[in-house]
Amino acid sequence: MVKLRLIPVLYIKNGLIVRSERFQEHKIIGNLINEVRRYNQWDIDELVYIDISRERVYDSRRDDHKIKRISSIDEALNLIAKECFMPLTFGGGIRDLPTIKKYLKNGADKVVLNKILHSNKAIAKQAIELFGAQAIVASLDYRVIRGEIVFFVDNGTQALPYSVEEMADFIHDLGCGEVLFTSIDNDGMGGGYDIKSISKMVSLLKIPVVACGGAISAFDFMEAAKVPGISGIAAGNMFHFTENIYPRSKAKLKSKQLHFR
Amino acid sequence: MKVGVVNYGMGNLASVVNALEFIGYTVDLIDAPEQVEKHSRLILPGVGAFGKAMNRLRSSALDKAIVNASEQSKTIIGICLGMQLLFSRSSEFGNHEGLNLIAGEVLPFSGETDLRVPHLGWNEARSPEGEFSEFSSDFYFVHSFYCVPTNESDVLFTTNYGFEFCSGAKFGDHIYGLQFHPEKSQQAGLRLLKRLLS
Repeated sequence: MVKLRLIPVLYIKNGLIVRSERFQEHKIIGNLINEVRRYNQWDIDELVYIDISRERVYDSRRDDHKIKRISSIDEALNLIAKECFMPLTFGGGIRDLPTIKKYLKNGADKVVLNKILHSNKAIAKQAIELFGAQAIVASLDYRVIRGEIVFFVDNGTQALPYSVEEMADFIHDLGCGEVLFTSIDNDGMGGGYDIKSISKMVSLLKIPVVACGGAISAFDFMEAAKVPGISGIAAGNMFHFTENIYPRSKAKLKSKQLHFR
Repeated sequence: MKVGVVNYGMGNLASVVNALEFIGYTVDLIDAPEQVEKHSRLILPGVGAFGKAMNRLRSSALDKAIVNASEQSKTIIGICLGMQLLFSRSSEFGNHEGLNLIAGEVLPFSGETDLRVPHLGWNEARSPEGEFSEFSSDFYFVHSFYCVPTNESDVLFTTNYGFEFCSGAKFGDHIYGLQFHPEKSQQAGLRLLKRLLS
């Protein structure tokens, strides 16, 4: 049977890999080139890269003269894809069809769409028709406000007027292939996954759901992996700071008879 | 060593090319029949609809060139839709004739299983016995149709998705079809590609 996926999500800001906290504070983790190499070498199920640059300026602050400089996000993608023998998802700030096409052509298997799903639904729909549902991941960022899930766009700054049920219908109607469900409040806080909201979202959606935000240990992965129907568990920050955390987490999850690769 | 990748406008070739280069091959993208003749190893990749893919192969006469290559016992590896095209026929959006290099047909998952379609993600492909059993591993899948070889002996790998289906097929020792994506399946995929091309 299909296995659960454990997915690192890496945030690129102005050509550097950063860690993030509640979508706001961004601390530099390292040079994109070195980090890409490290992640490509681990035996990972799938990788997600999100470009959160607002300035659209790239400088990988080379710390080694043998490593060439990265001047654009396209160059970053080419570099990532060259030695990435796993499914690769790429996104962040996508606003038009040519960008989607370009990312898929340069080695991404899927693209992540967020704001454009709401601001220009026709483009999202066209992308699904052209490239197939499996190539389009809907990114849903949310906060829990007075006990209710509220969705946000624009790096967590603009609230959307949809209930969670309405959002599920909207995503089905559009025909996206997968959902990346990220808790803004848990991002970078290490307080564990928001199991209640994740369970709710997974139960409402008929397509695969990957949950993100809040992991600090393999124990958190275990809790999220027990949500019935969940397809994948994603995390950003925690993979940066702990030695061999990816393979060690995998081994732990498998030892608990959870269905991972 | 050189390998020809058939480029007929169906899906993204970057991943396949990157993987082949990584395992040490020089890649030629092939879009005309006369280029097929220059190669002793061919890869037929592809994502999309069967009928449209066959129309593209026919209109560029690549279909005949691939069948000729097979008659000369050249190595041909079909990946994903490329595997399905090697079969006799498919029922995807109507009935379509395939390349018929492996006897059998291509059927939809829907109706066969209550599970979500497409079958997407990592799943185990096992080769029951013989020289390929050591290549049994988890591989990455994305597909909604599956192949049913007429001859049991053409089955190379099987995978369970609600039921056991053929996830890899072969004919003789030069035609191979892989339903999963070896170029997206980490070391297990690269190792298998290397073996099939050797």
